Amino acid sequence: MALAEHTIRRGEVSIRDLSKSYTIAGRRLSVLKGLNLDIRPGECLVIAGASGSGKTTLLRVLAGLETADGGGVEIDGRLVSGVGTDRAVIFQEPRLLPWLTVLGNVAFGLEVRGEDRARAEARARDCIALVGLGDFADAYPRQLSGGMAQRVGIARALTVQPEILLLDEPLGALDAMTKITMQEELARIWSEENVTMVMVTHDLEEAIYLADRVLILPKEKGRAARLIDIDLPRPRVRSESRFVRYRQELLREFGLH
Amino acid sequence: MSLQQIERPVVFGAGGGPNLGTETARRGGQAAGRFLSRYGVLLGFLAFWQVSSRAGWINPAVFPPIDMIVAALWKGIAGGALLDDIAISLQRSGTAFVAAVLVAIPLGLFMGQVRAVETALDPILQLFRQTSALALYPVFILLLGLGETSKIFVIFWATLFPLLLNTISGVKEVDPKLIEMARVYGASRLTVFRRVVLPGAVPSIFVGLRLSATTALLLLIASEMIGANKGVGFQVMNAQYNFQIPLMFAAIMLLAGLGLISNYLLVTLQRRLCRWSDAAI
Repeated sequence: MALAEHTIRRGEVSIRDLSKSYTIAGRRLSVLKGLNLDIRPGECLVIAGASGSGKTTLLRVLAGLETADGGGVEIDGRLVSGVGTDRAVIFQEPRLLPWLTVLGNVAFGLEVRGEDRARAEARARDCIALVGLGDFADAYPRQLSGGMAQRVGIARALTVQPEILLLDEPLGALDAMTKITMQEELARIWSEENVTMVMVTHDLEEAIYLADRVLILPKEKGRAARLIDIDLPRPRVRSESRFVRYRQELLREFGLH
Repeated sequence: MSLQQIERPVVFGAGGGPNLGTETARRGGQAAGRFLSRYGVLLGFLAFWQVSSRAGWINPAVFPPIDMIVAALWKGIAGGALLDDIAISLQRSGTAFVAAVLVAIPLGLFMGQVRAVETALDPILQLFRQTSALALYPVFILLLGLGETSKIFVIFWATLFPLLLNTISGVKEVDPKLIEMARVYGASRLTVFRRVVLPGAVPSIFVGLRLSATTALLLLIASEMIGANKGVGFQVMNAQYNFQIPLMFAAIMLLAGLGLISNYLLVTLQRRLCRWSDAAI
């Protein structure tokens, strides 16, 4: 049940010569330097890299939560400035409003965009069902487990029907079992919703399981970022030999084989 | 959280079944047990007071037995002598409390949002807060006279600060990650305030309200003891001057009762508004 019927594929991102640095304790610290990248409409791009390589910074620039020092990001040919309705972000923490029920939280995104409550809630119910929480619409966040809360966060992002879904280590805080289930859920949602997905993770298996392409940000600034195509049929099987080979290739990239 | 849910009052005779009688008895026993574990010490204290006073272990002229205090209280209320005092006391503390709410909550919400205002006003607020309202009472009397205005003002002054400071900290302590989340969905500043900051600050505002309500009663008594000819606080002093000790204790009990009632009302309101929070007690 695809909720979003895009006739024209949108959600094309092009990153041009992007640079970003922070000043920490008086020292200028370059996080991203001269990054160029095209993200194809509807693809799933996973950003991997050692900590400090600027994965999250890149995602926050894409989201419009940070402004670049140099270069820029275009989405469907329009230059990004600030947050926009074409994108939705899923954070590492679910970031649910504790005073709203699951339904209220999921409808929140549409409501703040001016949708009337009844329509926002109707749409929210569909998305809650999509992430498998149909029976929990009236529960409060404190009554949910970590995995359930994160599903609510995902449902909230889906209600606004973004062209681009930005995920910042969304499964990083979950236990191993829940994580695998949620990876399968994400793969399913991505294919059903026909959305461009950009996801940051430090979990290489997760990257191979979900990605069309994996972007590896270099630890030393100025070196080129690497793009690795994951050419595997879906649904992917973690134990398959080619999957394992990709894993070894990625590990080698990090000097960890 | 779960304890509170378990401790919801038991409905006797609800449902049915073959063991209804024993079940009811068992539940009754549990309810009695809970009641005793909660109020046993209080009842013991009152009983000890009653017995010691009657037996002469303590001076009954200073600590009259409980039944005499209750009788004095009943006479005061039923005879109408204390009703005027209660009315005027409620009016004084109520007016001041409402005024403090109307000033402190909007001001606190504003100050918590705008860092520059908060930074500029914080030192003077801290100074005012640390200056005892009672120490300032003579100043208020000089300015406003010995009538109702100065009494209400001193209560207002003292109740303002706990509420204001708690409102400010409530606003400031709203999780910035939630604010960022709302911004990502395109919420305007006003929407962020209305949908995220305000509800997030409510529990802290209630802490302030409860502190302020307690302070209001405290300052009410003090101001009525200093220059009043009516009011429950005045009755405490007056009864002591006239050596009507049971009446004095009756007035003290009345004040304790007012405190308990106001706290109960606020807690009930808080539970209603903050059902989502497990911190809501």
